[in-house]
Amino acid sequence: MIPIGQYLFLGMVLFTIGAIGVVTRRNVIIILMSIELMLNAVNINLVAFSRLVGSAEGHVFAIFIITDAAAEAAVGLGIIIAFFRNRETLLGDEMDLLKW
Amino acid sequence: MKYLLESTKAHSQEWLCYTEKMLDQIVFYFFAALAVVSAILVVTRRNVVQSAIFLITALLATAGIFLQLHAEFLFIVQVILYAGGIMVLFVFVIMLINMDVSLHQIQFNRQWWLGLLLAIVVGAELTIAIAIGRSQVTFGAAAPASALEPSTQLVGKVLFGEYMLPFEIASILLLVAMIGAVVMAKKRI
Repeated sequence: MIPIGQYLFLGMVLFTIGAIGVVTRRNVIIILMSIELMLNAVNINLVAFSRLVGSAEGHVFAIFIITDAAAEAAVGLGIIIAFFRNRETLLGDEMDLLKW
Repeated sequence: MKYLLESTKAHSQEWLCYTEKMLDQIVFYFFAALAVVSAILVVTRRNVVQSAIFLITALLATAGIFLQLHAEFLFIVQVILYAGGIMVLFVFVIMLINMDVSLHQIQFNRQWWLGLLLAIVVGAELTIAIAIGRSQVTFGAAAPASALEPSTQLVGKVLFGEYMLPFEIASILLLVAMIGAVVMAKKRI
């Protein structure tokens, strides 16, 4: 049995890599992929704690997060297609209609 | 003679336990290294298609870690839904969009150093939190695998018993997301 701290550390590393991707990349599709990575890192933590406690509730919440990720990917990619059709670009910097 | 037999039996059991532990560790470190390396490649690749491929690798490695944690149902959900469903959606959209222009643009935004600093600070904070938590809280031994029910059955019981209402709300969320995706992808918006 591997100590719980190693799972938490793995989740932390994946979350940080995803966060770096979200804040530094310009391509909107890669930003969305990095968000998927971050959600995945959270899932690892939930499942590890669920195994530690010996209940299935962490699994249930991980399933909810996966559902959420699917919904988010569908809507996000729809927005990206609409954005690309209007502006002919994929850069997140160009999404500034709400900026003042 | 009997003593000898028992001692060899105990010895072989101990050896079996040891190999199991060793195998557990090998599997965990293999999948963890695979996940971290492919996550780094997802974030740093210039070509979006390569990023998508490495994201599939990262998700499959995470699925392996779920299997190592005895979460069989989540493993199969991860493979089918994430690596099968969501990634197909991603690759489909990438193919719909003309990538030639974006390949020659600068890939990182102007505040990349600030973002990197911020993310590293967040990572350091989480590391410190884990380190403090490990020294202050004794987590105790994990529940042995044999003491648990089959996890798929347990997940079904909890999901359709205690968490019935959130489950239904999740289905409404999926419906809303479906309508939203259809509206967003319409010709004129």
